[in-house]
Amino acid sequence: MAAELRYDDDDLRALLGRVRTIAMVGASPDWNRPSSFAMKYLQEKGYRVVPVNPRAAGQEILGERCYAGLSEVPGRIDMVDIFRPSAEAGAVVDQAIALKAEKGIVAVWMQLGIRDDAAAERARAAGLAVVMDRCPKIEYGRLHAELSWGGFNSRVISSRRRRVRIA
Amino acid sequence: MTGRRKAGDPTPAHEGYGFETRMIHAGTPPEPITGARQTPIYQNTSYVFYDVDHAASLFNLQTFGFLYSRLTNPTVAALEERIASLEGGRGATCCASGHAAQVLAFFALMEPGDEFVASNRLYGGSITQFGKTFKKFGWHCRFVDVDDPENVRRAIGPKCKAVFVESLANPGGVVSDLEPLAAIAHEAGVPLVVDNTLATPYLCRPFDWGADIVVHSTTKFLSGNGTAVGGCVVDKGTFDWTAGDKFPALAQPEPAYHGLTFAETFGDMAFTTHQHAVGLRDLGATMAPMNAFQTLLGIETLSLRMERHCANALAVARFLESHELVAWVACAALESSPYHALAGKYLARGAGAVFTFGVTGGYETGVKVVEGCNLISHLANIGDTRSLILHPASTTHRQLSDEQRAAAGAGPDVIRLSIGLETVGDIIADLDWALRGAAT
Repeated sequence: MAAELRYDDDDLRALLGRVRTIAMVGASPDWNRPSSFAMKYLQEKGYRVVPVNPRAAGQEILGERCYAGLSEVPGRIDMVDIFRPSAEAGAVVDQAIALKAEKGIVAVWMQLGIRDDAAAERARAAGLAVVMDRCPKIEYGRLHAELSWGGFNSRVISSRRRRVRIA
Repeated sequence: MTGRRKAGDPTPAHEGYGFETRMIHAGTPPEPITGARQTPIYQNTSYVFYDVDHAASLFNLQTFGFLYSRLTNPTVAALEERIASLEGGRGATCCASGHAAQVLAFFALMEPGDEFVASNRLYGGSITQFGKTFKKFGWHCRFVDVDDPENVRRAIGPKCKAVFVESLANPGGVVSDLEPLAAIAHEAGVPLVVDNTLATPYLCRPFDWGADIVVHSTTKFLSGNGTAVGGCVVDKGTFDWTAGDKFPALAQPEPAYHGLTFAETFGDMAFTTHQHAVGLRDLGATMAPMNAFQTLLGIETLSLRMERHCANALAVARFLESHELVAWVACAALESSPYHALAGKYLARGAGAVFTFGVTGGYETGVKVVEGCNLISHLANIGDTRSLILHPASTTHRQLSDEQRAAAGAGPDVIRLSIGLETVGDIIADLDWALRGAAT
């Protein structure tokens, strides 16, 4: 069994704070799929999420045009979020590595249940931050005290007053 | 933590904080709008939406947030996170009572016609709920003596969906051997559900021994002051609900949420999400915010109270064991208990404060002892700061048959004690007074 994955909360906070545009590989046009839940939530939090899915290429998903592949996404991509099975994750990671300089990619993120340690090693060697077997929606919610609203153990303890925007 | 903190050092991880720290801080950061340090009591039913799309996202479970207090409430959520943290679980669902917690937990696991296996030495109220009321839902409980875990293995049939025990049973000082019971449940592809009410997570953490779900009556030692009735279901978050076809509520599309599948969409949060979004939504046994607040306050001192509860209880048990008018004492903390070795393994910090004893002279004398106490309160509760006494055969276990009462350790001569935090010499003197009065 592979070693347990551990990510420092401050590192995740810094990554989610630095990223603005996320290419979501495997984004579904079906509103009731987990990828759609994550995409909608991340949009609400101010991220631009660009869906990548060859089967939905040319369609609009949650107001964003869907592209067939990462290389077709115009403009900058900060992070590649992979909603594909572990066996397919490595190929997506390799595309992200190849497009790193052109797109300005700083991180690859593999969703809950998705893990490819060898691909993660290649990405890290190429200078990309890597997160596996986590969901950016859940991690964002956990680090911003929203996951706690559902009775979940956020594992965050702090007596500092959190700064919130009161719009 | 040792050494000086340097710039850029990471914030201490949650796992780095001890049990007592989490007792006080888990789930309750300062309220960010006002800075209020103690958790506010959100005494309200409902929450304003930003717009229609936000409302739709909440109803569809697409975003985190509050919708209606039957499902979630900020004060209740703070308590849920705190209990989840103390038990080492992924999430928790608080509800109206310990009995509600049991209905809620089984609601996610069972379909009509399904079965589960439970200890025959549970709290009498649980035996009645499982054996009689659950039948109306088509849920069937097979009670077995779990002292021999093989009895559990033999009782598990194809329709079995769970194994249920109490870590420390109410009231007879019975300790369940959680590790082999978890192994047997997992071999059968079902979760081990543990009622951890009498032990509390300070004395026993069932998840460390293989349990998958923990239920509590928070009314008892967690709230601790006899002020707030409540319950809680905690999920460890590691059970695979999709293996086999046993748990359709979690692993099959849910029509009331447009066909989403909880296990797929919510992963290790599936069980707790289901408990709120379907269980509390439709069963409606919600915890009141004020009760959550009082339970949060109680938990802040849990470790201190449990240490004193256990120390006082052991002193009282030793006194009774040497008393000429006492026939026997059933307390796992005593060397004489057949459960002493299991208590050493599962309850290393103390074997709780609820136990039973029998008086020479049987039923009549038992009634006289209960009625003869002055300091110790005669009532049907446990886990209060006050010492409590009860005659189970005539009260909590009254609905049971003689045979069930005997199996549950609640025969006619049995007296149940829940030892409180008073001066221990006063508790002992009160019992001595009542025993001597009963003998004359």
